[in-house]
Amino acid sequence: MTVLDAAVKADESVGRFTAFTRDTIVKSNEAVNGDYRLLVVSAPEEILNCTPGQFFHLLCPSEGADHPYLRRPMSIYGYDRARGELQFLYKVTGAGTRGLATLTPGAQLNVFGPLGRGYSIAPDHSRIMLVARGVGLATLAPLAQQARDQDCELVAVCSARSPDMLLSVDLFRDMGAKVITLTDAEGTSGTQNLQHVIEAEVEGQGVDAFYTCGSNRILRLLQTLSRRFDIPGQIALEQQMACGLGMCQCCVRSFDRGGRFVQERVCREGPVFDLQEALSC
Amino acid sequence: MLSLETRIGALALKNPIMPASGTFSEDLADVLDLGALGAHVTKTVTSETRNGNPTPRVCEVRGAMLNSIGIPSKGVAHFLDHVVPFYSQFDVPLIVSISAGTADEFARTCAALDVPGVAGIEVNISCPNLEEDGKAFAMRPSTTEAVMQKVRGATALPLWAKLSPNTGETTEVAQAAEAAGADALVVCNTLLAMAIDVETRRPTLGNLMGGLSGPSLKPIALRMSYQCANAVDIPIIGCGGISTVEDVVEFLIAGATAVQVGTATFIEAGIMERLIADLRAWMQAHGVSSVADLVGSVRDQEAGDGMLLAEGVS
Ligand SMILES: Cc1cc2nc3c(=O)[nH]c(=O)nc-3n(C[C@H](O)[C@H](O)[C@H](O)COP(=O)(O)OP(=O)(O)OC[C@H]3O[C@@H](n4cnc5c(N)ncnc54)[C@H](O)[C@@H]3O)c2cc1C
Ligand SMILES: Cc1cc2nc3c(=O)[nH]c(=O)nc-3n(C[C@H](O)[C@H](O)[C@H](O)COP(=O)(O)O)c2cc1C
Ligand code: FES
Repeated sequence: MTVLDAAVKADESVGRFTAFTRDTIVKSNEAVNGDYRLLVVSAPEEILNCTPGQFFHLLCPSEGADHPYLRRPMSIYGYDRARGELQFLYKVTGAGTRGLATLTPGAQLNVFGPLGRGYSIAPDHSRIMLVARGVGLATLAPLAQQARDQDCELVAVCSARSPDMLLSVDLFRDMGAKVITLTDAEGTSGTQNLQHVIEAEVEGQGVDAFYTCGSNRILRLLQTLSRRFDIPGQIALEQQMACGLGMCQCCVRSFDRGGRFVQERVCREGPVFDLQEALSC
Repeated sequence: MLSLETRIGALALKNPIMPASGTFSEDLADVLDLGALGAHVTKTVTSETRNGNPTPRVCEVRGAMLNSIGIPSKGVAHFLDHVVPFYSQFDVPLIVSISAGTADEFARTCAALDVPGVAGIEVNISCPNLEEDGKAFAMRPSTTEAVMQKVRGATALPLWAKLSPNTGETTEVAQAAEAAGADALVVCNTLLAMAIDVETRRPTLGNLMGGLSGPSLKPIALRMSYQCANAVDIPIIGCGGISTVEDVVEFLIAGATAVQVGTATFIEAGIMERLIADLRAWMQAHGVSSVADLVGSVRDQEAGDGMLLAEGVS
């Protein structure tokens, strides 16, 4: 094989394949607040063909007594093709994320992705709303950029324990979104108030679609409002994963498809699903 | 000329690397050229649709994982309509793994899958025997023989019997499968295991117990492959914990003619393609020109009474 053949072959593989295992280089890995860390890596172009809501499967480093064996799924918090950059926002919860937290600039991180089916904004939608709490904001953040690219107005309802735990608020503002913050500390994040806030937007300037992830409480509320106002929605869900690609069937969840219960793989058919089909758990 | 070709009975494979059932699907085409593999082995399918086990279905332990996926299945009809046509685009033998609760149902499932496009049947006898005490068919020579005889009567396709490491009668089970007409043995499936969360004191898997796979399983699978290769005349396909080219070569030397790669694909999705390239490089570096030169080349003559240490005789 000549050098030219090799180059052509590499190009073909990029066209045909959609997920890649690649070493990335850590640019920064800083605590954002008490619970969350922002990991920024420089990544090759072929893995940056991402959609908001998709995820990467990370090979977390071993550290001390921790030996994470399987990869860990992590939503794409940000991706920037021009800068060759990929970002993750994560909460340290166990062996894998403890390992991630030890990464320092210049270290290697092996990533596999992008994986799964992300969010989509219908071309005829002009004003959408995202509702997120806690680390769920990580998953929804890239949607703001997508909305701006599609000239779609965005209302971001961000909920957290306290004002200093609110993530991504500046990012949403920079993207031109209308941001509404609700916190437990201020007593504004309860379900009733959340409902009032959403209803005010729907009945005011109107909302074409809802976007959310994670929380059962928000899911149930949005399902009710979505039915009442006939507004479609999408939700990103989590489930423990092994392969991340659709092969092992470990990440299934049940969905309600017109009264019939079906099992689907969160890594493959998801992680983003139709709001009405999702079942809270 | 260096060649990676190998034969499993009537089947010629372009190389000895293939996926293990349940760790492979059409989805891997997103990552690598499925046409490069020695064979395609599908997730075990049952005649009827099944849901599989409750979640969590996997957990990790040091250097390995446990799974209790069960056998969620969309049934044979769906498989024939959707899965077989997908694989027909590749010039690679398609091996379909089947399971059932009774020997007769095994035979019916096997017959239904004897269609153009299917090159062989892998008989997953590690599932519970519903007619007897629920113990896996592969635990005993008699139940192994009963299933293999029935499926042998149902098809002329090559039949691979997939053995379980949970038996104390490895060689007897292997010989029973051979006597009943198996064309090859896949050695082996996962080892029954368990993990408990010490904080909550609850079993980590939704199903309480599950199968161990990954690097920790390798020495056991290798020992069984070696025992089987010595006990039968049909080819052995090694499986268990393979993740490096040295692992592949080790199984070949122990007597396997090909290998299956399972859990390692979860850690590195493209690993099978890399193992094929690495095997070629290894053979080149060691002056080995054909896979057959490695198969069963273990130098065990001086090793003493190892065989006497077989299960039950210590
Ligand atoms: C599609 C997807 C996107 C995600 N995005 C993010 C994100 O952007 N930021 C973030 O902080 N977390 C995210 N998570 C959750 C994250 O994967 C888990 O927190 C992480 O795997 C925990 O690993 P650990 O070893 O630190 O913790 P441990 O608790 O030790 O993990 C043990 C096992 O449980 C699994 N596990 C634990 N919690 C979860 C969970 N919530 N979901 C899935 N598997 C879990 C782990 O993968 C591992 O196999 C996401 C999960 C999924 C499925
Ligand atoms: C998630 C998972 C699902 C599996 N499903 C099946 C199956 O459906 N049928 C089967 O015969 N073996 C199944 N196996 C066992 C593998 O085919 C293989 O025998 C075992 O994992 C040992 O190989 P490994 O260590 O390379 O993974 C499964 C293994 C895993 C990890
Ligand atoms: S994680 Fe393997 S199928 Fe989803």
